[in-house]
Amino acid sequence: MTEAVASSKIEINCTVNDEACSLHVHPMARLLDVLREELRLTGTKEGCGEGECGACSVLVNGVLVNSCLVPVLQVAEATIKTIEGIASDEQLHAVQEAFIACGGAQCGICTPGMVIAAVNLLERVPNPNEAEIRNGLAGNLCRCTGYMKIFEAVVHACQNGSDE
Amino acid sequence: MRAYLPDYELRPAGNLAEALSLLAEEPGVWRPFAGGTDLMVLFEAGKLAHKRFVNIWSLPELRGIGITPEFVTLGALTTYTEVQTNKTLQEEFPMLCQAASETGGLAIQNRGTIGGNIANASPAGDTPPALLVYDAELELVSTKGSRLIPYQGFHTGYKQMLLRPDELIKSIRLPRSAQPLRHYYRKVGTRKAQAISKICFAGVAEVESAEIKDVRIALGSVAPVPLRCPKTEEVLRGRKVDDETVSAARKELAREISPIDDIRSTAQYRLQVAQNVLEDFLTSM
Repeated sequence: MTEAVASSKIEINCTVNDEACSLHVHPMARLLDVLREELRLTGTKEGCGEGECGACSVLVNGVLVNSCLVPVLQVAEATIKTIEGIASDEQLHAVQEAFIACGGAQCGICTPGMVIAAVNLLERVPNPNEAEIRNGLAGNLCRCTGYMKIFEAVVHACQNGSDE
Repeated sequence: MRAYLPDYELRPAGNLAEALSLLAEEPGVWRPFAGGTDLMVLFEAGKLAHKRFVNIWSLPELRGIGITPEFVTLGALTTYTEVQTNKTLQEEFPMLCQAASETGGLAIQNRGTIGGNIANASPAGDTPPALLVYDAELELVSTKGSRLIPYQGFHTGYKQMLLRPDELIKSIRLPRSAQPLRHYYRKVGTRKAQAISKICFAGVAEVESAEIKDVRIALGSVAPVPLRCPKTEEVLRGRKVDDETVSAARKELAREISPIDDIRSTAQYRLQVAQNVLEDFLTSM
């Protein structure tokens, strides 16, 4: 145990949803809090705050992470994508369209994380099988849907994605 | 209560030498911070007692998987995702890949590291039992140089280990085996993903005409440390798998492990399931 020391804020540069950001933050600040409170990107939700529920999922350099477990120092110079960066202008992503079409959202708290995890899955595995979809979403909890509609939405998004 | 942010320091390190000199400068004051999947949970809960950390996540010297004819060497920052996708590990150390795939979910697997799993020193870690039966060795580094030690015996008590405050785990070395082995890994948790184990079991065996020529067994969540079970192994070596062997092994395992009641399970359940999983390992050979 060490004595309390007042740490100072530092400058951290990163790219969030294609925009360059210069942040003045404590290095241990959670990426989740920086996104929500400094950048006002409140689409990313806090569920459990301990890496169990996936509600705070974002992509860092294309890699799926729980933003509640990432200290902001570790995203210096990184490229971050949040739920706000998934649609292009007015055009929703195929995954978002599919969640609407299949009723993949109810209360909505898990939805941003689910969409991020699904988008990440389809980037890595364009035509996932059932096990791959289950595995891709295994870190995201939903207390409303019973998962089947979310699962169907991902299947639907693959079919629609390949039509485009 | 949430942690008070200004109480905590996380200092960047440009390279390994810089991180090591910071650790050596004031031993015990600075601690390494890797993928954060354990530390950030404590931090958010206001339970992270230590306050000053050095960020090692970005150090290239601790990354990568090296392969020689005799060894596979994993940089300490090798993530669970990297473990699962490595072809040599899939073929020769499949239990490590399985353990990695059953740790947390994908987002955790992208950030959690093998070195972190060892240094976090939880008796419930998923990879330690596999590392124990694969006879892993650890390379520890400090400003004074490096040393190679067997992983078995590294954990000396609950959350205690043979790692000096000025040392980092640099890599984990696995000896490659020429013998065809039977690998058996089983994690028992509350659900498939995201669960911390009630018990986990790793076993390898070399079987020749129904006789166990060699066997190595380790378990997690049944003792203050991830536990290799040499006495149970001794009972099994040189025997054929029959009812008598199974019964003797079950009895010896009960003497060798010391499970407890906690939030995830009970001592009685853990003992029973550990024995059942051991039996499944033996009878499925």
